[in-house]
Amino acid sequence: MNFESKLNEGEFFIPECAECKKIVWPPTEFCNHCFGIVTLKKGPFEGTIMEFSRQNEQYFCLVEFEDTIKIIANISKTPTIGQKVKISKCGISNGNYFFQVI
Amino acid sequence: MTKVGIVGYGITPFTKDDKKIESVLLDSARELFRNNSQISRNDIDAVLVSTNNNSKYLSPILSEMAGIQPKIAHTIESSCNSGTNSIVSAYSYIASGLADLILITGAERYDSPGQILEWDNSRGEYKHPIFWASIFAKSYKREFSISDEQLAIVSVKNHKQAKENPNALSNKTYTVENVISSKKLTDDLRLLDCSRPCTGGASIILASEEKTKQLTDKPIWITGIGQKTISAGFTKNNSFSSMESTKLAGQTALKMANKNFKDIDVAEIHDAFSVCEPMALESLEFSAKGHGMDMINELYDTNNFKINPRGGLIGSGHPLGATGIAQTIEITQQLQLNAGKRQVDNPRVGLVHNMSAAATSSTVLVLET
Repeated sequence: MNFESKLNEGEFFIPECAECKKIVWPPTEFCNHCFGIVTLKKGPFEGTIMEFSRQNEQYFCLVEFEDTIKIIANISKTPTIGQKVKISKCGISNGNYFFQVI
Repeated sequence: MTKVGIVGYGITPFTKDDKKIESVLLDSARELFRNNSQISRNDIDAVLVSTNNNSKYLSPILSEMAGIQPKIAHTIESSCNSGTNSIVSAYSYIASGLADLILITGAERYDSPGQILEWDNSRGEYKHPIFWASIFAKSYKREFSISDEQLAIVSVKNHKQAKENPNALSNKTYTVENVISSKKLTDDLRLLDCSRPCTGGASIILASEEKTKQLTDKPIWITGIGQKTISAGFTKNNSFSSMESTKLAGQTALKMANKNFKDIDVAEIHDAFSVCEPMALESLEFSAKGHGMDMINELYDTNNFKINPRGGLIGSGHPLGATGIAQTIEITQQLQLNAGKRQVDNPRVGLVHNMSAAATSSTVLVLET
């Protein structure tokens, strides 16, 4: 089980070091703090919108989780700074991760 | 440790031409040697190529095409600041005594693969640079109450200055209204807010102190170097309205040169997008936080070319691997009082700021007469 295989199944896990318990982001095999083995922490996780913009009719936003990791995600309704969100859809398409929050 | 000087340069116009990367490389090197007959190709110790192009073995290829058999030949890639990374590498070879005379050539095609950082999956499907630039622009405008119209003056200023640069991609001037009414890429970014990828090359020769004095009577010395990498991924940035790597690289370079920002007479700033110029000016301490646009407005109103005299990336175009070298050539020309209609009044100290991937890394150089 690794981050990408779970993401490919539509599930968002947070990678965490089994030894020092630090969140490892972007997801890799080994912790960038202690080189310990990375395991996956199961959600759901609440994220906070840090910033957003819009291309055509599609809003995209920068979301922070666990005060540590940030991703860029789609959001369907007009976002606000500080808004609490959770991942509603995620996966890998054409080699790219994608995330949607509500 | 020997001083390191700039003894020659060659640059060709930035275009949208569909040319082989090897030809783009050779164009500016040819220009350099044809304009600097005092430099013998037999004396070149190293040839460094700066590019994001995927073609292999480009430095030996350039060396062969240019009739050079160097001791050291390799390519350097670091996305948009490959050019100044190459200059730093060349500086280090010379300062260490491994080389006395080095040719650095940067080149890129308009369709460079370096524009997208595929590795950065935390951006999700938003990997194109316009998306980090939109987040930067939104964050900067929000924090400092700046409007789109106010930010547009960066593009207006840099296109105006590029008109005096015969090698620039753009030779048009624009109004604030033109910028605002240009194609809307996102809510926070118009087409004219963006630098454009293009085909272009630039070459420069660095030399040891002894060689520099032999080869030119207008030496320009590299007196300060600062570099900082915070991360590779855009989302690792802690601030989206300032540039941490630029701030740290700038402090290091100015300290090495024993200068501060007030000593800088002319500067090339990495304006990949309009918002990058005020952010970089603030991070380099040219202006207080949130007041970068005040400085830019004053420069524009007074027709002062101090910042981005060649038109910046927005006006000149952005052939990634050539950009840092073209910036360094501009400051060299300025300090040699050889910048034509772009000439700033009697500059003595210049600065080059070149960055990559949403300012996750930056290089700053200080140049002096």
